Amino acid sequence: MIQAIRLSFRTRRAPLRFRLLTTAASLSAPALVIAIVAVLFQEAAPAVTRFGALFIVARSWNPVTLDFGALPFIYGTLVTSALALAIALPIGIAVAVVLAEPGAQRIRGVAGTGVELLAAIPSVVFGIWALYVLAPLVYTHVELPVAQRLGFIGIFSGQPRQTSLFTASLVLAVMILPTLSAISRDVLRAVPKGLRESAVALGATWWETSWKVVLPAARAGIFGATVLALGRALGETIAVTMVIGNRPDISPSIFAPAYTLASVIANEFTEATGQVYPAALVELGLVLILLTFAVNILALLLVRRSVELPR
Amino acid sequence: MSNLAAYRRPMQSFKPDLRAVPGASPSTLRVQGLSFYYGKTRALKDVSFDIADRRITAIIGPSGCGKSTLLRVFNRMYDFVPGARAEGKVLFEAEDIVTTNRLLELRQKVGMVFQRPSPFPMSIQDNVAFAPRLLGWRRAQVKEAVARSLQAAALWDEVKDRLNAPATSLSGGQLQRLSIARCLAVNPEVILMDEPCSALDPIATLKIEDLMVELASDYTIVIVTHNMQQAARVSDYTAFMLMNQAERFGELIEFAPTGELFNQPRDRRTEDYITGRFG
Repeated sequence: MIQAIRLSFRTRRAPLRFRLLTTAASLSAPALVIAIVAVLFQEAAPAVTRFGALFIVARSWNPVTLDFGALPFIYGTLVTSALALAIALPIGIAVAVVLAEPGAQRIRGVAGTGVELLAAIPSVVFGIWALYVLAPLVYTHVELPVAQRLGFIGIFSGQPRQTSLFTASLVLAVMILPTLSAISRDVLRAVPKGLRESAVALGATWWETSWKVVLPAARAGIFGATVLALGRALGETIAVTMVIGNRPDISPSIFAPAYTLASVIANEFTEATGQVYPAALVELGLVLILLTFAVNILALLLVRRSVELPR
Repeated sequence: MSNLAAYRRPMQSFKPDLRAVPGASPSTLRVQGLSFYYGKTRALKDVSFDIADRRITAIIGPSGCGKSTLLRVFNRMYDFVPGARAEGKVLFEAEDIVTTNRLLELRQKVGMVFQRPSPFPMSIQDNVAFAPRLLGWRRAQVKEAVARSLQAAALWDEVKDRLNAPATSLSGGQLQRLSIARCLAVNPEVILMDEPCSALDPIATLKIEDLMVELASDYTIVIVTHNMQQAARVSDYTAFMLMNQAERFGELIEFAPTGELFNQPRDRRTEDYITGRFG
């Protein structure tokens, strides 16, 4: 008996070469992350030593006087992403609920393919579309009327611009929509069929079933989808750069131009000369990475704390 | 071991009363010439029988004979399945279940307990309060319904101190009793059970069986089971179904008081099945 058990253990053990290979492969990802952060630190050293911790809270960005601060970019990045999420989340979940519905076959085919194609559009194409189509439309039909009527409210104040924080958030919303709805759809589909049927059998309507039972059962996964989408929004570069207006200001108005961490790096890297200027840009990259990490870790903690996984 | 003995009941403890004769007891559901299709595939052909009021009716038969399909007609759960369609009649309170538009009312009057317990992702209390709240009952009524249903489902003593705990913290047997409490909350007439014990251990199974017998004094119960002993233990009437091998649809072979069906089956195929010669 004991012999048999030993034997089974031996046969279960993978060959050494295989274990080394898989261990190496699985360690490569964290190793890369560490390496990238290390290099960023090294490259950013001149800026880090010059500005210290003040870099994060300083509001000026002046290549002539070599006076650099990250705050306007952090602000732009966080606000565009948050706004994009606020716009995309309800739509994305609504789309996912319909796509996960076993009854709605025809609409599922059309809408499902549409969502997946949306994910396949390169971001620079989104940028072009946003610049030539979305921005003028939003300017005349949303920004101007809203600013005229509600201009006394801080976030709508000032002279609206075609390229603005708001336009950038809209593009971002469209871009993260596929991520949100595709993952949420898969999560919703994984909700046990019995749960849905039990609710229906108790006399719940489709809406009540979806809203009170299916969505709550999938909340952990939907939260995961949201975090992934947020990650994409924080780091999205080219489309945002094309419509945000590229001005390192912190304006209370969402119709004013702004700047994000990723955009300023993409825009100014080629023209950055000297020692401090490129280092400051690299340090912005470092801030962006840390921001993304922070968001992800926060999300993980929130999931662990508040969401009890359904069986 | 003593625990086990408390739950053990002799085989065939079905109520051997005289009312257990078709027609002698008023019927709640009258199935008349019911056929069922999944798209073009016929799943049931021409099923007719009456389900007695406040009795337990078991539907038995081998896998694929259409017994679950039949059960799901009774509260229109097949509306879920694209292309599914029923023909014929199932009369319930002077209304035809097959054609009714009042689905929500139907499902409140004809509750269902599924094979796998599926607790909603909320507290024990909220699970039971789910259907009453859908109906817009007042807070006091909901509270009363929760206590009453949990008591009727023999779960109250185990959960009364932790009504706000998540339902997922219950054991499998408790969850199945929670499912029963959930559908009792809105005072149904009929409770449909689709193999309610197949995911449970023997002790939990016996508890559910006891509960069924108790509930049968107030509710009409229809249970689908592949466990013949279970049908024999708890039911008053038994319907035996079989798949027609030539044309691949399910049909009702024999319907009789349980004792009769198990002791003197009229049909040869019933006898073969209950004596274990196939299936």
